[in-house]
Amino acid sequence: MSDSRARAKDVSRGAKSSRSPLAEQATSYFGHHRKVAADSARRLWQSPVASIMTWTVMGVALALPVALMLLLTSLQGVSAGWESSARVTAYLEQDVSLGQAEALKQKVSEDSRVAEVELIDRDAALADFRASSGLEDALDYLNDNPLPHTLLVTPGDGSRTADGIQTLLAVVEGLDGVEQVQVDLGWLQRLNAMTELLERAVWALAILLSAAVVLVIGNTVRLSIENRRDEILVAKLVGGTDGFVRRPFLYTGAFFGLGGGVVAWILLQMSLWWLSGPVERLAGLYRSDFSLSGLTFDGVLALIIVAMLLGWLGAWVAVKRHLDDIEPGEIAGG
Amino acid sequence: MIEFRQVTKRYDSDHTALAQVNFGLDRGELAFLTGHSGAGKSTLLKLIMVMERPSAGEVEVGGQVLNRLPRRQIPYIRRHIGVVFQNHQLLFDRTVFHNVAMPLEVMGVPARDIGRRVRAALDKVGLLSKEKMNPMQLSGGEQQRVGIARAVVNKPPVLLADEPTGNLDPQLSADIMSLFAEFSQVGVTVLIATHDVALINTLGRRTLTLDQGRLVAGGSPGIGGESRHV
Repeated sequence: MSDSRARAKDVSRGAKSSRSPLAEQATSYFGHHRKVAADSARRLWQSPVASIMTWTVMGVALALPVALMLLLTSLQGVSAGWESSARVTAYLEQDVSLGQAEALKQKVSEDSRVAEVELIDRDAALADFRASSGLEDALDYLNDNPLPHTLLVTPGDGSRTADGIQTLLAVVEGLDGVEQVQVDLGWLQRLNAMTELLERAVWALAILLSAAVVLVIGNTVRLSIENRRDEILVAKLVGGTDGFVRRPFLYTGAFFGLGGGVVAWILLQMSLWWLSGPVERLAGLYRSDFSLSGLTFDGVLALIIVAMLLGWLGAWVAVKRHLDDIEPGEIAGG
Repeated sequence: MIEFRQVTKRYDSDHTALAQVNFGLDRGELAFLTGHSGAGKSTLLKLIMVMERPSAGEVEVGGQVLNRLPRRQIPYIRRHIGVVFQNHQLLFDRTVFHNVAMPLEVMGVPARDIGRRVRAALDKVGLLSKEKMNPMQLSGGEQQRVGIARAVVNKPPVLLADEPTGNLDPQLSADIMSLFAEFSQVGVTVLIATHDVALINTLGRRTLTLDQGRLVAGGSPGIGGESRHV
């Protein structure tokens, strides 16, 4: 018994003396990370065609959803602009006098949800109509002015949403002397519904393409695991931990992600540059200030980080599935 | 240092690779493991390396019972065991130096110590001048010595060898054996699996003989060792 204890002690002492001090161990750990990262990068560089193909596949897969998201952001900018210009038009009853109309205008403008109220009196409206419609002769046949006084209500900042305008509409409609209220909300709601649908479609696409990226990287890393099978066996044989053996492949995955993110960014900038002219011309025809916006610096950074994470994840899947299966038992022979 | 107590290894229900094997090896002891092919030599070595787990019984290396060892502890056990293979398992995509450095790299030894220790190991096997060569450029005997340098570079207390002289002529085999004898003299426990009977006879060391999974000779000191523990 004492003998065995003495031996156990002997081995544990041996284990301790072979371990370097903590600080030195940390230095060596990070040194190893640096070495493995550099080595993984060099390996990618040594097979440039294969690496560029993987980067391009990843770049295309990432550029597509990001491009759609950018388009979506631009569209939301448009609908926000139009929402802010939406105004409620209240037609007053025919027998409301100008004085009563002034009082109503006063009342509506006291509402906190209202930014501005403009009164168009019926005579001015008729004159305007006469001037712009070209129906002067026809209008001369009318005995009375058929137009009512009109209030143009501009909603305040807090009410410039589809819901806010709807509420304001109900309030104005409930006032005495208001016959009819109009706001062109239909197209706004349709645009909102469309962008919402598009948003979900883009997210679904982004998730599918991310999964594709993970699988592509997983497969590429699987091949590189196969190529380095002997090295993995020996590393495990001489006491390499799972982390040690996995590390180069995880770096490889992250570097695939880095390259893929950069390619995606280049593709996006190129398409933006190629499309911006026609888009501006088209928007000009619609008298809109719509323009395609590119990625901001933060956006580029986020794109590349997400790409690296996806690459790392793909490598991790491959490593988990294939590396842990490689056990040195098979080289010892029968 | 190595202790087998009633170790049985069954692969399938009908194939028993090892049956109730008992033996013990002390620190600094050099022993041969012999038997026909298929007698269980490789299985026994794999049990020490924790490449396999016993179906019954206990395997103890350096005071640690390996049966209950969690998977993630296995690499740390392997760092205390050097292994030499018949086909030496060298990597041909790197130099002799980097082949020998691998055990130190996985342990996280600082770079400046790696150079010193790798050269010491290569010097020991007489290959210091070839550190920058690719193992492919070396002869069979030299490759085997590179494998030995890699197995001992981190000074493990246990050294296992599986047919280390299988492809070598008698002179080279004798050289390799004297290397192993030197290691045992400095306290390394050495176990060499071989069926080179001539070689075993010239050295006259303890010999464990396996026959169809049973230890038929050489096991007695281990049994004695076990009775000392009880």
